[in-house]
Amino acid sequence: MIIDLQKFISAERPYWSELEAVLDKLAKRPELRLSLSRLERFHYLYQRTSGDLARIKTFSAEPNTRVYLEALVARAFGEIHGSPEKPHRLAPMHWFFSTFPQTFRKHVRAFWICLTAMLVGGAFGGFVIVVDPAAKEVLLPFSHLHGDPSERVAKEEAADDDRLAGAKTSFSSYLMTHNTKVSIFTLALGMTWGVGTLIMLFYNGVILGAVVLDYVLAGETPFLLGWLLPHGAIEIPAIILAGQSGLVLAGALIGWGKSISLKARLRKISDDLVTLIMGVAVMLFWAGIVEAFFSQYHEPVIPYEAKIGFGALELILLVLFLTRSGRKGKGERAESRKLMAQGSRLKAGKLKAEGRKFKAESSRLKV
Amino acid sequence: MMVDKINSLTIRTPEGIEFSLMLAGPVTRFLAWSVDLLVILTTNKLLNVLLGVLGIISRDFAMAAGVLMYFIVSIGYGIVTEWYWHGQTLGKRLLRLRVTDVCGLKLRFSQIVIRNLLRFVDSLPVFYMVGGLACLINRRAQRLGDFVANTIVVWSPRVEEPDLDQLLEGKYNSFRKYPHLEARIRQHVSPAEAQVALQALVRRDEFEPRARVQLFQSIVTYFKTFISFPQEATESISDEQYIRNLVDALYRPKTAGKSS
Repeated sequence: MIIDLQKFISAERPYWSELEAVLDKLAKRPELRLSLSRLERFHYLYQRTSGDLARIKTFSAEPNTRVYLEALVARAFGEIHGSPEKPHRLAPMHWFFSTFPQTFRKHVRAFWICLTAMLVGGAFGGFVIVVDPAAKEVLLPFSHLHGDPSERVAKEEAADDDRLAGAKTSFSSYLMTHNTKVSIFTLALGMTWGVGTLIMLFYNGVILGAVVLDYVLAGETPFLLGWLLPHGAIEIPAIILAGQSGLVLAGALIGWGKSISLKARLRKISDDLVTLIMGVAVMLFWAGIVEAFFSQYHEPVIPYEAKIGFGALELILLVLFLTRSGRKGKGERAESRKLMAQGSRLKAGKLKAEGRKFKAESSRLKV
Repeated sequence: MMVDKINSLTIRTPEGIEFSLMLAGPVTRFLAWSVDLLVILTTNKLLNVLLGVLGIISRDFAMAAGVLMYFIVSIGYGIVTEWYWHGQTLGKRLLRLRVTDVCGLKLRFSQIVIRNLLRFVDSLPVFYMVGGLACLINRRAQRLGDFVANTIVVWSPRVEEPDLDQLLEGKYNSFRKYPHLEARIRQHVSPAEAQVALQALVRRDEFEPRARVQLFQSIVTYFKTFISFPQEATESISDEQYIRNLVDALYRPKTAGKSS
């Protein structure tokens, strides 16, 4: 019980101010690591202020001090019990070449599901074009794709003037922002337990499949590959990766076979979602540049072999990047396997010992 | 941890200390968002003026920069400000709102990014209809972005000290003769109960005469269940004066007590 409030406040205020100063410092410099002695002092200040809050709560007439202490305790609580986010400085190269591909591989199952959804959509789109060619006016959202492919190819190849002259950079930035928005939307649709994400991928697959079959059946495969592959080799996988992040979100929401709470599941994937979507944004940045500056130029300006070769090279590099980049060396992998096996043995041993102890205890109680 | 009916989130620390966070409602949040939208539009307008100058050199480049800037500002504004101001944008600062972790933990960068990216779904079909509905349905007033990012938006009301001088001026307090009983009042009366007594006094002129008498009567009856002053301290005073004395005992600064 507080007998003299003024005396209590004047005696405790230095501790509150000290705690506030530590919290301000930690907020300003997130990478700061406190030494053991300073950490102990921080913990002591937190506990002392918590105690003061508990005492002042019984004192009706100090709403301001109570609110101040509540805010202080709340901040210190967040700092002490906060989830262990590694303090780090920005390391974009490490993030791109290690964290991003590692995260992709960690959730590769979601990627395969998305790829399947897109392929099924593609097969459906292709099938519709074969069965009912007139349906392409309904299926394809872009008017320049409604006509005869051979006519378009002839027109594009005969064009003397540069259609995009003086507009390449703005077209490129439009593509980047539009595709990134679509990707973020595909991620966000994971909120529909993944149904929206899969529909989005299926729909994109339908358009792609319809266009591909339309041009292949018209005998314009080289044009098609030369037109789509340079930017599509990055852009299409980027959209699938966005779908992957949507399914990762959906997986956390559904939580099949996971014993942790929904909040914990969402907390666990939040870093991965951000990594995937930021990686997708980087990929789309590149694809936007290629599409505006390279893909829209056809023979005789750029030979199809060069365009197809460039696209194929991009695809190979992307596959290598996603599957190999950021992988641990043989030694590191063996070490990590050893540590994991050791951990499981220790856990099993500890559980056995606890089980034995429990049995002994229960039989003693029965006696 | 529990969510009670007054829309506040109570967090209990392992040390057994509780602190409450007032949850912000959809209307306040919409107002904060309107301010932020205004800031985004103004920033883009200013950038367009600047890029107009760049357009003299290259129109294509200026247009590209305009498209990219609009995209970066509209998506990055929330992320950057909430990260820099620890959960606040300009609109939120004006309306005293703050984004915090749902468990009261430190806000992580990924949480800020996710809640801002999921605006794409929350803002559908127009004026944040999906987010607003989610906010109304969710017991922690979370929109979909908050739900996925494990965040809540809290409101910190400004706490002002009551003008006690105006309330208690020039009145004799018969309770002051019994400092030990006054000390007991301070110990037993909860902050919420003290607020009821104080608010009744502050707003006394707003009541109808009959309601005013009944209100003070019922408050006095309640307080008398656990505090009993000697008869000579209470016999000749009205119920309103009883509450006035009580509030004086609760809120009077120690030094003021000594001086009088």
